[in-house]
Amino acid sequence: MNTDTGLDPEETAEIQAALTHYPDPAAASIEALKIVQHHRRWVSDEALAAVADLLGMPIAELEGVATFYNLIYRKPVGRKVVHYCDSVSCWLLGADEVRAHLCKRLGIGLGETTQDGRYTLLPIVCLGACDHAPVLMLGGQLHGDLDAAKLDTILAREQHRG
Amino acid sequence: MDKPLTRNLKPDGSAATLAEYQSTGGYEAWRKALRDLAPAQVVALVKDAGLKGRGGAGFPTGVKWSLIPQTPGQKYVVVNADEMEPGTFKDRRLLEGDPHLLLEGAALAAYAVGADTAYIFLRGEYIEAARRLEHALAEARAAGLLGRNILGSEFSLGIHLHTSAGRYICGEETALLNALEGKRANPRTKPPFPQIAGLWGKPTVVNNVETLCNVPGIVAQGAAWYKGLSRSQDAGTKLYGASGRVNRPGLWELPMGTPIREILEEHAGGMKPGYRLRGFLPGGASTDFLLPEHLDLAMDYETIQKAGSRMGTGTMIVLDDRTCPVRMVLNLERFFAQESCGWCTPCRDGLPWVARILEDLVEGRGRPEDLDQLAKLARFMGPGNTFCALAPGAAEPLQSALKYFRGDFERYVERG
Ligand SMILES: Cc1cc2nc3c(=O)[nH]c(=O)nc-3n(C[C@H](O)[C@H](O)[C@H](O)COP(=O)(O)O)c2cc1C
Ligand code: SF4
Ligand code: FES
Repeated sequence: MNTDTGLDPEETAEIQAALTHYPDPAAASIEALKIVQHHRRWVSDEALAAVADLLGMPIAELEGVATFYNLIYRKPVGRKVVHYCDSVSCWLLGADEVRAHLCKRLGIGLGETTQDGRYTLLPIVCLGACDHAPVLMLGGQLHGDLDAAKLDTILAREQHRG
Repeated sequence: MDKPLTRNLKPDGSAATLAEYQSTGGYEAWRKALRDLAPAQVVALVKDAGLKGRGGAGFPTGVKWSLIPQTPGQKYVVVNADEMEPGTFKDRRLLEGDPHLLLEGAALAAYAVGADTAYIFLRGEYIEAARRLEHALAEARAAGLLGRNILGSEFSLGIHLHTSAGRYICGEETALLNALEGKRANPRTKPPFPQIAGLWGKPTVVNNVETLCNVPGIVAQGAAWYKGLSRSQDAGTKLYGASGRVNRPGLWELPMGTPIREILEEHAGGMKPGYRLRGFLPGGASTDFLLPEHLDLAMDYETIQKAGSRMGTGTMIVLDDRTCPVRMVLNLERFFAQESCGWCTPCRDGLPWVARILEDLVEGRGRPEDLDQLAKLARFMGPGNTFCALAPGAAEPLQSALKYFRGDFERYVERG
């Protein structure tokens, strides 16, 4: 398990590999934050400072980048993030009901994490699968043509996986 | 009919491999360019073909390329694969289904403008596309189609995949360049245009995924062939799509200028039983509504512009008669308010204001002066008042809804 301070060798190596694609280390900042997040699920202040140090960027500048993006988590999240699309095509076909059902089934509101630390529920903008609206992404996996029954099936399958 | 964009897409959605891509003529254009064509000839071909950008603004691609200075020095090509405009789902299909088509298009663009490095700026949520692009890049490098002295020529090219982390404004081409440099993704002032001073201050071409996917066909088969694919004065084919309450939401490659009726009724299968067409956004969330009376118009840049809207991304969002247009506009404006980068006042402050007024309306707190206020705010957000086109884009569905669905807005005020 990672500690909250410093970067472990694996993270450092992955970030250094990303640096080779750009003439300027700052360009790898998002990639670096994503690498850290991949290892720790979220980006703490300490981890952010360590990345800034490695890239030679002021902490405030990296902070400004990190807080700009929907997919960089500056607070702890559950083991899987459930992103449900709340944009227009999904809304037209019942995204509000999808959200309500998810909240009920998971027993949490938007932005919250289930008690067992399994799921965090967040809205996301159009996932580029509007022909299968309504859509959600669970742990990076896309699910479309949702209704209550399909949501239940997806959650049951996830529960099974542990 | 030739379908240069989708010919390799498989019904199961899996990616065409390098071998599959090459079996339908893939990389022939790339070989031909490196062997027989000077860079300027590639630019001239694309110009003659009349290819216009498919990222929303419709700028002629060959003209954009010809603005790159011909002096020696570092240049870049950047593929705009950010695709976050609500209702738009076309680039994803190309990225996932035929990644080599994009790589070949990007390589030809790089050759044409003299760039030895290209970046694919991909939105972070497109995880499957990222996996397939990395795989295709590895295949192309291993086959000597990318890298140093490609196919024995003097030309070298490295293409890198850059995955983003989700933010609509990153799709705006100058914000994209800031994002790629690792800065906060605020747009830059223009001029200078990216073609003069783009990525790290170097001449840079930014093109949409679908735009670049048109290029291999043009180089292999010529400008006349490309023009011949179209049913209108705009050349080529187009990926058209439809979402909303239609029988078969989806995406189809059709001749540019295909009538809207044909797209919505034949390809999308018409409205779902029990629903009627009330209106539609022809090209994504930032275009003006059109009405059933516009169904017989050709879907091309000029015709849709004349009708008061924009082709945008060519993926239509359908409003049915049982959905409230005011609530639909509220959904759209909430998106734009959330995704504003916050740089300019009409956008940063105007959009949340618009969203709040719309919220008040649908929640029964509307006042008679609200509609004028909305119209005024839409004007403030219009072209010329902000740094980039996000705010003018946000104004489009709002102003057209106020025009076409005024009664729906008024009913909320009257009911109070
Ligand atoms: C807010 C905003 C978001 C945009 N998002 C995208 C996008 O995701 N993909 C894209 O290709 N173009 C997008 N554009 C348009 C680009 O700025 C630019 O016009 C396009 O990448 C040029 O490529 P093209 O000439 O090949 O169309 C966006 C524009 C704005 C104002
Ligand atoms: S119009 Fe909006 S998104 Fe564009 S620069 Fe201004 S504040 Fe940013
Ligand atoms: S609107 Fe939900 S995937 Fe596009």
